[in-house]
Amino acid sequence: MSPVISIRNLNKNYHTEAGEVSVLKNINLEVQSGEFVAIMGPSGSGKSTFMNILGCLDSPTSGDYFLNGNNVKNLDKNHLAELRNNVIGFVFQGFNLLPRNTLIENVSLPLVYCKIDKKSRLQKAKEMLKNVGLEAFGEYMPNQISGGQQQRVAIARALVNSPKLILADEPTGNLDTKTSREIMELFASLNNDFGITIVLITHEPDIALYSKRLVKFMDGKIQSDTATHETNIHD
Amino acid sequence: MINSTILGEAWGALKANRLRSFLTMLGMVIGVAAVIIMSAVGAGVQQSVQNSISSMGSNLFIILSGSTTSGGARLGSGATPTLTLTDSQAILELDTISAVAPLAPGTAQIAYGSQNWSTTVIGSTPSFFIVRDWAVSLGAPFSDADVRGSTRVAILGQTVVDNLFGDENPIGKMIRIKNSPYLVLGVLAKKGQSLDGRDQDDTIVIPVTTAQRKLFGSQFQGTVRLIIVQAISQPLMDKAEKDMTELLNQRHRIREGADSDFSIRNLTAMADMAVDTTKTMSLMLGAIASISLLVGGIGIMNIMLVSVTERTREIGIRIAIGAKERDILQQFLLEAIMLSVIGCFVGVLFGIGGSMAVESITGLGTVITVGSIVISFSVAACVGIFFGFYPARKAAKLEPIEALRYQ
Repeated sequence: MSPVISIRNLNKNYHTEAGEVSVLKNINLEVQSGEFVAIMGPSGSGKSTFMNILGCLDSPTSGDYFLNGNNVKNLDKNHLAELRNNVIGFVFQGFNLLPRNTLIENVSLPLVYCKIDKKSRLQKAKEMLKNVGLEAFGEYMPNQISGGQQQRVAIARALVNSPKLILADEPTGNLDTKTSREIMELFASLNNDFGITIVLITHEPDIALYSKRLVKFMDGKIQSDTATHETNIHD
Repeated sequence: MINSTILGEAWGALKANRLRSFLTMLGMVIGVAAVIIMSAVGAGVQQSVQNSISSMGSNLFIILSGSTTSGGARLGSGATPTLTLTDSQAILELDTISAVAPLAPGTAQIAYGSQNWSTTVIGSTPSFFIVRDWAVSLGAPFSDADVRGSTRVAILGQTVVDNLFGDENPIGKMIRIKNSPYLVLGVLAKKGQSLDGRDQDDTIVIPVTTAQRKLFGSQFQGTVRLIIVQAISQPLMDKAEKDMTELLNQRHRIREGADSDFSIRNLTAMADMAVDTTKTMSLMLGAIASISLLVGGIGIMNIMLVSVTERTREIGIRIAIGAKERDILQQFLLEAIMLSVIGCFVGVLFGIGGSMAVESITGLGTVITVGSIVISFSVAACVGIFFGFYPARKAAKLEPIEALRYQ
């Protein structure tokens, strides 16, 4: 079985007024199905850019990125949109729910773009809300529930299309410690119980501890890539 | 292709911003209502003018006698009766003419029982009812035999009937005109006001010979003040006018180059001019109103642009979870089209209501044309697509990373 993520000699440069800036330098990484990877690194280490490339929201300057066996370089915009829709589920730091839509509508949103009829959309969304323990809140608006609950809704939305891969960009960055722990336990159980591959960015060592594999970025390069329990996390 | 899920998303977005959607639509509502009301008023005026014109009869000439010179003073048309009944019979012989009615009008006091009334008495022939396109609704018109025999019979206009008889049936009754008894044969159909506002129904028609010999007693026996002539058809009117001029010049022994002692007026030409004027007017009203339709469209574009900026983050989220460029484009385009089409629909309702209100307040007749509704609907749809496209494209072309970062 091919790895979910396979990256070979990937580089990313940005053009700025000060000249060409190299953000990612010769990255090689493979993530197998069922892994739970935490990516750590200080600000400016290139981990967010890396995440955008993983999510097909940005493209590499050179090198190859195989997502689920497809070389992203060879795909047009519509195919990339389809990959984002059925292969990847996004969880953001700022939750990114649509403020004027109910929770159930938010959860069902990815299904809108794979043309599923409304009835089965709502049914599936309800199921997902139940999985994250919020089935009673379907008709609420995002601003009527807490941050932790909003992030659960965002996770439900990421899961609704049964993705292979969940990309989470600082998912606990806006949450308190207790809620962060609950969210991470949810991620851990998704990984353990359902075998969903998770790649998560964080700068909090406590959060990274929930992962199985830890990749550290430094100045656009992978500094270390080890099993989480073998790492001295506070380095 | 448009799919129903995107349609649902667009509808949801409009519902989520009720006030803004309503305000955006308002421009369209006012624009469409203005177009419909304006064109309804225009068409109403046009129709009332046309009604007045057709109440006059079609393809008509009026030949007036007179305009002679008496001791250096030129007298106006009709000052001297130079036209005769035989003139009118000769005109009828022309092959471009279908009917001729000589007219000898005058004013007389009439009475029935205890009621009396002053009205216009027109001496004419049975052709009068044909050229004026004026039916006898009750009883029967008088005949050519009545004209030949100059019998004392009368056909009454509705106003005269109302004033003399009230609810009583006038047929077969005797009225007195200048104290001579006349038998009422019939009643004319109601015709209403003429173009200059006179009540056309305030009249009595009697045989022309009776009017000349017995009622007015003209000093020139057999003359009439004017002759109404109906040409066979509209295209033949120019030829008819030429034929009549030649014929009358010959009959009246007018030398070439000298002033005629009659004048011929083409009523249809005047009517055409009146219709043209009202057409121009309603076109102008429509044009002014369409400007507001355009302004409404620009209003929609304005709000859609603001909306795209304001919803940048939402667009970013949608793209991140798998919306294609086409999906975003469709959603924003559909929002614009729905705004303009719903706005247009409401505008049509307001337009119809407004036209009725105008009619009941001002008494001005309005005619709501299907054309104006169809035009505003299609213009609204086009405006939605045209002014919605640019903002929608802008939304679809947003960079997802930038859009997600947008606060």
